[in-house]
Amino acid sequence: MKIHEYQARQIFRDYGIPVPDGVLCYTVYEVEKAAREMNRMVVVKAQVLAGGRGKAGGVKLARTAEDAKNAAKQILGMDIKGLTVEKVLVTDAVDIEKEFYVGLINDRNTKSITLMVSAEGGVEIEEVAKNNPEKIIKFSINPLTGLLDYQARNVAMELFGNIKLAQKAASIFTKLYKLYIETDSTLAEINPLVLTTGNEILAIDGKMNFDDNALFRQPKILAMREPDEEELQEIAANEKGLAYIKLDGNIGCMVNGAGLAMATMDMIKLYGGSPANFLDIGGSSNPQKVIDAMNILLSDKNVKAVMINIFGGITRCDDVAKGLIKALEIIMTDVPIVVRLSGTNAEEGLALLKQTGLPTVSSMSEAAQKAIELSKR
Amino acid sequence: MSILVNKDTKLVVQGITGRDGKFHTGKMKEYGTNVVAGVSPGKEGETLDGIPVFNSVAHAVKATGANTSIIFVPAAFAADAILEASEAGIKLVIAISEGVPILDMIRITPILKINGTLLIGPNCPGLITPGEALVGILPAMIFKEGNIGFISRSGTLTYEVVNLLSLNDFGQTTCVGIGGDPVAGLYFIDLLEMFENDPETKAVVLIGEIGGDAEEQAAQFIAEKMTKPVVAFIAGQTAPPGKRMGHAGAIISSGAGTAAEKIAAFNKAGVPVAKEPSEIPVLLRQKLAELK
Repeated sequence: MKIHEYQARQIFRDYGIPVPDGVLCYTVYEVEKAAREMNRMVVVKAQVLAGGRGKAGGVKLARTAEDAKNAAKQILGMDIKGLTVEKVLVTDAVDIEKEFYVGLINDRNTKSITLMVSAEGGVEIEEVAKNNPEKIIKFSINPLTGLLDYQARNVAMELFGNIKLAQKAASIFTKLYKLYIETDSTLAEINPLVLTTGNEILAIDGKMNFDDNALFRQPKILAMREPDEEELQEIAANEKGLAYIKLDGNIGCMVNGAGLAMATMDMIKLYGGSPANFLDIGGSSNPQKVIDAMNILLSDKNVKAVMINIFGGITRCDDVAKGLIKALEIIMTDVPIVVRLSGTNAEEGLALLKQTGLPTVSSMSEAAQKAIELSKR
Repeated sequence: MSILVNKDTKLVVQGITGRDGKFHTGKMKEYGTNVVAGVSPGKEGETLDGIPVFNSVAHAVKATGANTSIIFVPAAFAADAILEASEAGIKLVIAISEGVPILDMIRITPILKINGTLLIGPNCPGLITPGEALVGILPAMIFKEGNIGFISRSGTLTYEVVNLLSLNDFGQTTCVGIGGDPVAGLYFIDLLEMFENDPETKAVVLIGEIGGDAEEQAAQFIAEKMTKPVVAFIAGQTAPPGKRMGHAGAIISSGAGTAAEKIAAFNKAGVPVAKEPSEIPVLLRQKLAELK
């Protein structure tokens, strides 16, 4: 789960990380008012769940309230990577001496949380990693001790080269670690962390992602969720025990198992088609699940054919076939469907489906080719 | 020979009285796995399917000499269950539970290391040594005794491919589903090394997917350390970046972990990558013929 910059800043603030003042605004009027009250130079920043907001023109410096109003006019309603800007953050403009990057992330390889810092702040860290990997300092944190003060200080010293500043920065690192652990983050970034001309260290921009598996114990984080339309669809599917992701193609897929679902999409592509979605119905033959899955699939008007790919393991294919037949009686659709059943009791399942007149096949490649052919009719 | 589980496996089932635990205990026993105990706090003294139930793993180990544990408890309690098994002296733990918080896994990893406990999973289908022991939720009937080692990050895709192998007369020494989570126990390299050292395994099939760089590391390991042929398949070539495809680990972000990168790494290491599952037996036959 992702959150907006203004939400990340609030979490930072709750944990005592210094953040410049800011006001969240939904209208041009609110922006002008906020800028007037702040009565100094401000930055107007688009709040959308996408990177590269600055490059897209979604971040503007404003010297006066009038400037801020004009900036808001341009930013509110603009499109950034397919997302419409509905709100902006108006924040104190800070006199920047130098920008840094600080991030915490789960590292699969060391099976630990890694602290990453760089003197190349204010740009996307992926760019730095690609072009100047030597400019990123990484420190793998022992889960048994957490990030210790002296470790944070040593890392900060490498970055700042000045013990006074390093102490200030280290305190931010350990606070960031504490909030990371306590909120079940998968990513917590301060970019840039800024050294001001007044020798203050401030978090200017923040990005946080959270572990979906841990949301059950993070009610405060869950309450911050602001899903867009696509995510709403995905969440609705999750609540029905399905994993669904919409894609751009025209062949709907319904598969049991995530890996097989991915392989099914690949197969459609391999034979020259284009998958409309990823849809994993899990390991159940419950007809209701098939009905829910079909409804989600067919709500996508691009879908011209459906490929159902089931490998029966513990779930028996004849049970799945019964579920399918029941589901199709209820749904009634003109979209052509091809069914592939294989594994446990596949023959019995295929025999049951024969009666429905649906095209059935026993291999994945056949199913993909047939679905592509049907989608072109 | 085989790896990890065999006739000497003495299995304790944590969460044996839950719906999944009960069902799969029956299936494992039916296959011939030596299931010696179950754990379900508050139910010590009961039996299930003739298997004695204990309040704790420590009790189960003391009474039965269990050496392997399989975990079916809900995700929120999985890390606790894994540690309980580890502290009780169990050396191999298989965690089936799906949806375990990543930080739970990060926290317990160093303790497992100290105790010398090997973990498979979480969010995995388990493993099987055909003809000897099934420790997991894999559908037993598709497996066949033979000399191919099998490692996969996915569940049903494993069944799909194993079924194709068995139909093509490629039986298996041991098949391991390592699970789809970003932070998990034994991974490709650990298992490749075990298969390399297993005299009965002649070749290995590896099923990877998008996300992380475990496949790239596996490719490097194969190139440097392995004498046995490996054939690979990567799922998720059409996946859009930044999206989680069912498995928490199957997310591509920041341009790392794409299928193309993984396929390139395998090709560089001399490991053929199948374009679709049905090509795997074909590639395997070619690789084995080259050995002769």
